[in-house]
Amino acid sequence: MTTLDPVTLAVLKGKLEQIADEMDATLARSAFNPIIAEARDLSHGLYHAETGATLVQGSSGLPIFVGATSFAVRAVIDEAARRGGPHAGETWAFNDPYLGGTHLNDMRLVRPVFRRGRLFCWLASVAHWLDFGGAVPGGYNPQATESHQESVRIPPVVLAQHGALDEDVLAILQANTRTPHANWGDLNGQLNALDLGERRLSALLDDAGEERVSAALAALTARAEAMMREALRRLPDGTHVAEDFLDNDGIDAAPLPIRLRLTIAGDRAELDFSGTAAACAGPLNISRPTAIAACYVALKHLFPEVPANGGCLAPITISIPEGSILAAEAPRPVAGYTETILRVIDVIFRAFAEAAPDRAIAGPFATINALSISGRRADASRWVMFCFFGGGLGATPQSDGLNHGNNPISTATMPPLEILEASYPIRFTQWALRPDSAGAGMHRGGLGAIYEMAIEDEGGAEAFLLGDRGLHPPFGVAGGGPASANRFSWETEQGWRSSPMVSKAFGLRLARGQRLRLETPGGGGWGEPFQRDPARVARDVRLGYATREAARDAYGVDVLPDGSVDAEATAALRQGRAS
Amino acid sequence: MTLLVGVDVGGTFTDLFVLDPERGAFHTAKVSSRRGDEAAGFLSGLEAIGGAAHCSAIVHGTTVGTNALLERKGARTGLITTRGFRDVLEMRRRDRPRAWGLAGDFVPVIDRDLRLEVNERTLADGTIATAIDPAEVEAAGRYLLAAGAESVCIAFINAYANPANERAALAVLARIWPNEHLCCSSDILPEIREFERTSTAALNAYLQPVVGAYLARLETALARAGFAGRFHIVQSNGGVMSTATARRLPVRTALSGPAAGVIAAAAIGRAAGFADLITGDLGGTSFDVALIAGGEPSFAAQAALDFGLVVRTPMVEITTIGAGGGSIARVDSGGLLQVGPESAGSVPGPVCYAQGNDRPTLTDAHLVLGRINADRPIGGSLSRLDVEAAREAIARHVGAPLGLSVEDAAEAIVQVANAKMAGAMRLLSIERGHDPARFAFMPFGGGGAMHAGALMREVGLAATIVPRFPGVTSALGCLVADVRHDVVRTVNLALDRLDGAALTARLAAMAEEARAVVAAAGLPLTEITLRAEADMHYQGQTHAVVVPLPFRPGGPALDESAVRAAFETAYRAGFSRLLPGIPVRLATVRLAAIGRRPVFDLTALAPPSGATLASARYGTRRARFDRSWHDTPIYERLALPIGAEIAGPAILEQADATVVVDPGLVARVDRFGNLIMTRL
Repeated sequence: MTTLDPVTLAVLKGKLEQIADEMDATLARSAFNPIIAEARDLSHGLYHAETGATLVQGSSGLPIFVGATSFAVRAVIDEAARRGGPHAGETWAFNDPYLGGTHLNDMRLVRPVFRRGRLFCWLASVAHWLDFGGAVPGGYNPQATESHQESVRIPPVVLAQHGALDEDVLAILQANTRTPHANWGDLNGQLNALDLGERRLSALLDDAGEERVSAALAALTARAEAMMREALRRLPDGTHVAEDFLDNDGIDAAPLPIRLRLTIAGDRAELDFSGTAAACAGPLNISRPTAIAACYVALKHLFPEVPANGGCLAPITISIPEGSILAAEAPRPVAGYTETILRVIDVIFRAFAEAAPDRAIAGPFATINALSISGRRADASRWVMFCFFGGGLGATPQSDGLNHGNNPISTATMPPLEILEASYPIRFTQWALRPDSAGAGMHRGGLGAIYEMAIEDEGGAEAFLLGDRGLHPPFGVAGGGPASANRFSWETEQGWRSSPMVSKAFGLRLARGQRLRLETPGGGGWGEPFQRDPARVARDVRLGYATREAARDAYGVDVLPDGSVDAEATAALRQGRAS
Repeated sequence: MTLLVGVDVGGTFTDLFVLDPERGAFHTAKVSSRRGDEAAGFLSGLEAIGGAAHCSAIVHGTTVGTNALLERKGARTGLITTRGFRDVLEMRRRDRPRAWGLAGDFVPVIDRDLRLEVNERTLADGTIATAIDPAEVEAAGRYLLAAGAESVCIAFINAYANPANERAALAVLARIWPNEHLCCSSDILPEIREFERTSTAALNAYLQPVVGAYLARLETALARAGFAGRFHIVQSNGGVMSTATARRLPVRTALSGPAAGVIAAAAIGRAAGFADLITGDLGGTSFDVALIAGGEPSFAAQAALDFGLVVRTPMVEITTIGAGGGSIARVDSGGLLQVGPESAGSVPGPVCYAQGNDRPTLTDAHLVLGRINADRPIGGSLSRLDVEAAREAIARHVGAPLGLSVEDAAEAIVQVANAKMAGAMRLLSIERGHDPARFAFMPFGGGGAMHAGALMREVGLAATIVPRFPGVTSALGCLVADVRHDVVRTVNLALDRLDGAALTARLAAMAEEARAVVAAAGLPLTEITLRAEADMHYQGQTHAVVVPLPFRPGGPALDESAVRAAFETAYRAGFSRLLPGIPVRLATVRLAAIGRRPVFDLTALAPPSGATLASARYGTRRARFDRSWHDTPIYERLALPIGAEIAGPAILEQADATVVVDPGLVARVDRFGNLIMTRL
């Protein structure tokens, strides 16, 4: 095998990453639905010809897709092989989550790249389509008991042959959505991205030669593995257990435990999820590819210095019990997969807070609050607004948690409320930080948010929510306190209401002018709250992040009405609590 | 009365480039900057060139705005916004500092207790659902005034669609506000996306008092000095604007000084046959890197000067790291040698300046290694550098903790700085897929050319081109930058049945407005070119493609088919597939008037004809390379003739810069007086 000098390797690495980055940008700029165009719920990359392993990933792609897409490519590899392929000029499409991970809204386009008649690698484009049928506009059906109630399921099929789109497949895709216009635009955007990726990759291979590019891809994977092993070797051997809970599955009110036993041994680690809830009736299941992708995301946050490709999972053993909520098979509903993977990441953070205290991360808000609101315009066309919301990040030994950030599974930015208002008959009435929502700590968590919006459509609208963390709030670490729980409410003629399933709500009818309100969790705290600098606590009060009552109760700091700290009273409070 | 002067005030030095266009003659000057009192440096610079009275135009590149943003030293600022939305500025777009890793928080430039909400609401279609209550706006203004705010930004939801409420609130505030430091978001950036618009406007207000006071001081002093010419500021996009515009839109100066340098670098590179460059401006406190490909600097539509500090305005793309000549070297608690980001600046400056700093800097390391001439300090007013003090500081703070000799410690400091600079250059080139072997390094600032050999090696660059006056590149850029003014209008039109005549009339009016601003700048121009563009998209897309419109003042009116053809050409260039059947919309139209400055013949900078290599050589000094001392020939750089070739090791000195030719490199003087370094 060709070996490369470090500068050539770095150059090729940059060029390959540039291809994936440009694919991300191409889709984002030509997409129609704001989840892709503004929130960048998308991912592109290059994948190994035989194994489908991730070789290179676009830097603006969604972290959870990083691990999951390799399973999607693997599924296409298997299906193509069964049919005697793959063939040049093909583009495959599918959304099956049991094969490709995540959920049915994520449309995966996979294309083989051939050089001189030989398969060189695969390109893939994954993006979140706005609507793909099912009982609930937008697909997040909190009461689904089968995937058929979530969205249409498309197994790996050939969307294009010899470079030409298959009209039959297109017709089926177009017939099964409430938003054919947006889906058509987004499908073209994904094809634009694949076309660009193929052009750029061909140019690079012409320029640098296949052998050198292959050698670079292999070297990058080996390097990620070596760095992950080195990071694990530096941690003391030992076993750490952690658990956390999902509120319910939307059908049954019982909490769903996620349990982890983390074992560090030398340069390896094992993540064993034995004891985790069995597969559930509602949509909180995830498929095995999704669970593995979630482990990858957690580890990448804990070890950010390790490069993003398939190599970093090599020294990790992941044990997922058969029949559990983490190993769902068709047709178990999976639309709420984000909540479950966030809880998987939470237990990994919790266990590593003990195993590697200097890398500790307190619980992030860890619920996406998938809110779908839909109605019919005067011309009878359907509109579907769909959005995920932000919250506080957990504190770390380095800093307070970030106010209003995104979940660890995502780098998606929030669509501007002006874009949402321009696109849908919705009017926001509040978009604000949520006071007292952060977990207390020497470093406090980040604040969650309050979003309130009113329906503008004459005909009213119907709303659905799939969230979590309504009963089990984000956790603190190293003595830090928990954050506030998630809260969802809506207006009726009889006043404000909340859901029996707390963080999940189905088919709410709202008249024009009635409002919905989401109050999202903050992040957990790090370190003892009584160790927090009183001046920092007083600042939190001045800025309205915390109330004076919270300063006194959680931090033992007496902030006077003029904003100053009563040092004596504070000393007494802190003394009293300590003893 | 005819001199044109470019003035670049950096953190450490103020540089001047003075051109007499009638005689084709020029000269340069350099004085110390005063941190926190940039105006003083500016004025003493003008004194150094014989006063302002002889000048017909002064063009200024400034870092006053940049520093105020980076150091969070802008004014105490208030925000007045729509009820329910005061946290838009702090909530951003729900991003985080890094994709991987969750540490880090964010402090906005306007504290939450100075962000006030009022009742008002504009809808997405521009309808005013609730008009402002003037009494409520006035009360908010009075509250902010009492709270000590010096400036106020008004940013209402959907103001891009209809600025009426913002304008009305601005009028109310203007009646009670004691100064001119007010702005509203629809004036600064009339575009959809509330966070980007609010952030850009908030940063503008944050800078207004600082930049305004600075420019007022300069203008007063210039008037007193008998200056009767034109005074202009370089914008972040590399174009020149009036001081009146700069005062109103200081956010456009965020990268003023660095942009001027990149504009000059591109011009020098184009002339010398180096169209692909990575520039590196090594100042006292920072190293600014930019990429020039095909003779054109790369631009960004928006930039975050720090996490969450988003400015949306077209600007030259520049990456800054905290490594400069004044960067302090220290050994951290983990036993690792660090250089910067803490800096001694120019006051007190490096230890060898003997002005009170006793912690070693990168400059001290170069001095100890013999690369800098102790008897010939660059710029400023020092007569001699204190080598012994520099040695002692390096020995104490770096050598002793690491168990290294003072020379080895000095080399280690330079190596750490090289690695940091190389990393920044790689990020902009290699990591974007550019092959560094096609690029040349163009160092400017006084010290960049001392690192050329190491950076060529570490980044894999083919060559280095050192401009003839590397220390005054940004000042030169002030003289070659075009005058530019952009007018933007949100139009929101359907392409189907477009009223081409109305659109053409609108563009003509915008062209007149923009052209007038450029002409009023009063600088000599060879021509004013107009560039009309529309942001267009398929209905339902949130992003638009930039479509050059075939508009010509006095030419035929645009029609639907011509605009459609322009859109389809632009769309196909960006993406592979058109979407027939989906309606097309025009979101905004933009008209730029660009006043071209006379091309400055860079051969004017060339060495005098009588120069010889032998007469340029004036001594030998011991200098250290790769752990051994070499007797190194010293040349007077400006006395070298065209075509001179010097093999390293050699040191080339000039008043505002030192060039080090490492062993294994050869340097050649081109016909502009640039020095081209390549490997032997």
